[in-house]
Amino acid sequence: MTEPVLSIRNLRTVFHTDRETIRAVDGVSFDVDRGETVGIVGESGSGKSVTARSIMGLVDSPGEILPGSSIRFNGEELTDYTDAQYREIRGSGIGMVFQDPQKSLNPVYTVGNQIIEALGENQGLSGEEARKEAIELLEAVAIPDPPRRLNEYPHEFSGGMRQRAMIAMMLACDPEFLICDEPTTALDVTIEAQILELLQELQEERGLSILFITHDMGVIAEIADRVNVMYAGEIVESAPVEELFASPTHPYTEGLLEAIPGSQAGGEQLRTIDGDVPTPNEAATYCRFAPRCEHAFDACERVHPEHVEVGPEHTAACLLYPEEKSREERVEHHRTLAETEGDHE
Amino acid sequence: MSQATQRTEESDEEALIEVRSLEKYYGDDGMFSPPPVKAVDGVDLDIRRGETFGLVGESGSGKSTLGRTLVRLEQATAGTVSFDGTDITTLEGSDLKHWRRNAQIVFQDPESSLNDRMTVGEIVREPLDAHEEGTDRERRKRVMDLLSRVGLREEHYYRYPHQFSGGQRQRVGIARALALEPEFVVLDEPVSALDVSVQAKIITLLEDLQEEFDLTYLFIAHDLSVVRHICDRVAVMYLGKIMEMGETEELYEDPANPYTKSLLSAIPKPDPTDDSERITLPGTPPSPRDPPTGCQFSTRCPAKIRPDGFEEVSEETWDSIERFREIVRERTRVELGTIDRVKRRAGRFSKYDDIDETVEELFAGVEQPPVVDEHVTYAVEQVKAGHPQAARERLYEAFGSVCDRERPAHHQLGERGRESYCHRHREEYEDVDTAIRR
Repeated sequence: MTEPVLSIRNLRTVFHTDRETIRAVDGVSFDVDRGETVGIVGESGSGKSVTARSIMGLVDSPGEILPGSSIRFNGEELTDYTDAQYREIRGSGIGMVFQDPQKSLNPVYTVGNQIIEALGENQGLSGEEARKEAIELLEAVAIPDPPRRLNEYPHEFSGGMRQRAMIAMMLACDPEFLICDEPTTALDVTIEAQILELLQELQEERGLSILFITHDMGVIAEIADRVNVMYAGEIVESAPVEELFASPTHPYTEGLLEAIPGSQAGGEQLRTIDGDVPTPNEAATYCRFAPRCEHAFDACERVHPEHVEVGPEHTAACLLYPEEKSREERVEHHRTLAETEGDHE
Repeated sequence: MSQATQRTEESDEEALIEVRSLEKYYGDDGMFSPPPVKAVDGVDLDIRRGETFGLVGESGSGKSTLGRTLVRLEQATAGTVSFDGTDITTLEGSDLKHWRRNAQIVFQDPESSLNDRMTVGEIVREPLDAHEEGTDRERRKRVMDLLSRVGLREEHYYRYPHQFSGGQRQRVGIARALALEPEFVVLDEPVSALDVSVQAKIITLLEDLQEEFDLTYLFIAHDLSVVRHICDRVAVMYLGKIMEMGETEELYEDPANPYTKSLLSAIPKPDPTDDSERITLPGTPPSPRDPPTGCQFSTRCPAKIRPDGFEEVSEETWDSIERFREIVRERTRVELGTIDRVKRRAGRFSKYDDIDETVEELFAGVEQPPVVDEHVTYAVEQVKAGHPQAARERLYEAFGSVCDRERPAHHQLGERGRESYCHRHREEYEDVDTAIRR
């Protein structure tokens, strides 16, 4: 088996405040294989965006990636990188598309200017050559009439068009890995469809690997090969997309899927999950979902659930599994796993 | 039996609100002003007592403006809105104030629709103060009561909005809207800013409140799955016009209008095994300042009717023609700076008049029969000479069909009040499905 493009082990990113330390990402591990799209899904506050920013080296003080975390990109350990090395990687290795294209484009330069700058920076192109390449990139992201669009400012672009321009700018760096942080959340559904289609096309053409972050289960079902469900800084379930939707095992995933309206025809009451996402401000020596979980029992408050296999390439972190064992055995199983694997001090 | 069908039967067709030929234009004041933005452009609809009427559309479709006009946050440009028999577009002074008790609104963004300097109690109490309802003590009691109805606690009275989560803030907004016991509430994207699990709670709350207080809702949303869950009937808007209207399940199961079809097919479904054909619409909605003369949707429609005489032209070529027309239209909308205007007038090359590259790319590998080529060549020359408007008119004359030239009628379909705004429903044309499948 070939090595994954991106391999994350026990990533812990914390934010220090005067009163407490927020464990925004708390022991996250996953891989992204070449040409694969991996989704991270979760609600606000689950730590999915901080995961993306940690990979990109965009976590600033008071945030900190704790020692012991590992982010390997093509075999290189990114957590040891200096700022200069990171800039290199951000330029050519990893590209990122953010939620709000309005904020990611500079309003006082034309779109062409910004793409040409990226081309100059990363591929050493300039003048007419760079302009030609910029036009080709705008064509690649299906912006009509590119020669004219090149001379326009971001405010003259519509929301979907701006997101396309952002993608074009990122392609100028010719990355092999793409992080998309809610790239379609601010867009209308017909435009969202266009952007998703575009990303899939680009992935096929250029063999990109994608890490796709969203809160929308529909979008995940559409685009991802593998899904990680995040809750309060931890991955609670991980599975191939079809497996996850066909047989969700973690109570949180189940709740999340049932809370989507319109999955059943009208009428029926939506299932809700009581309570709110907690702020992870102390070490996880228990299940963070337990207070909201209808299946919770007393051990859930004392033992931290570890990932156990519940299906083909399918793991969940919940004391209800492995299902074939008795409750006591399961609790003991998780306790032993926690002691051997995790150092949740 | 599902809740939705029950409600429809109870409401026995009696209309609480009748909207007729409603228009709302912006920027239509002054002789030299540019053409107005037609945010709502001739809307007719009835909202029945006790139902939840859904209004869906993309941003810029005019759905929020329509909602705001119904509660008189906007003054209609033309048309009538009759509420229980009274035309409310002409109400003034104390009549208007008195009527406002009947119609309230919940806004989309719970971050910006609550005053951060007032306590939650004061916010919910404000409408009662404004309308001088009862004594101080009674008002306070009413507020406490409202807070518990929407799932907040009495001690929240003294807290400030910033101490609450998004879902809780939206509950405050709902309590405020219900303070005066209105009959009609406009819900303007009430759950769009919330997480799925919070969203589900607010929707359930809205459903419970409707039953408890006999409310009539206008539910505005861009999220079609939420609408399907909560609404009895639904209208789909595009560029100020209602494209299709009907009972929710019927419309979702079997959309008739090409726009509704495309919109529904574009929703990403939470089912990875789903392989239903998706219609991806090209481009973006046109500028509401310069909408198409014919059907509002004609610039993106997958079922657009072709004019006579071009039956032999291939799909590919026709597609390129439509895209070329869109580019030329865009060119006519560009507002030139002074320097470019002077350059153009002096016959010197302006960067806005370069189109060769674009056309080359557009028609690369596409056959161009003489009937087409003649017009395209003429249009290209006009654009290069600095006359995009002339190019646009020529293309319209040559390739425009009934969809470009005439506004469709609202065709009645079936027995249950279904309406669709599309020329394809006329007998002489092929139906929508056949056209899309091609």
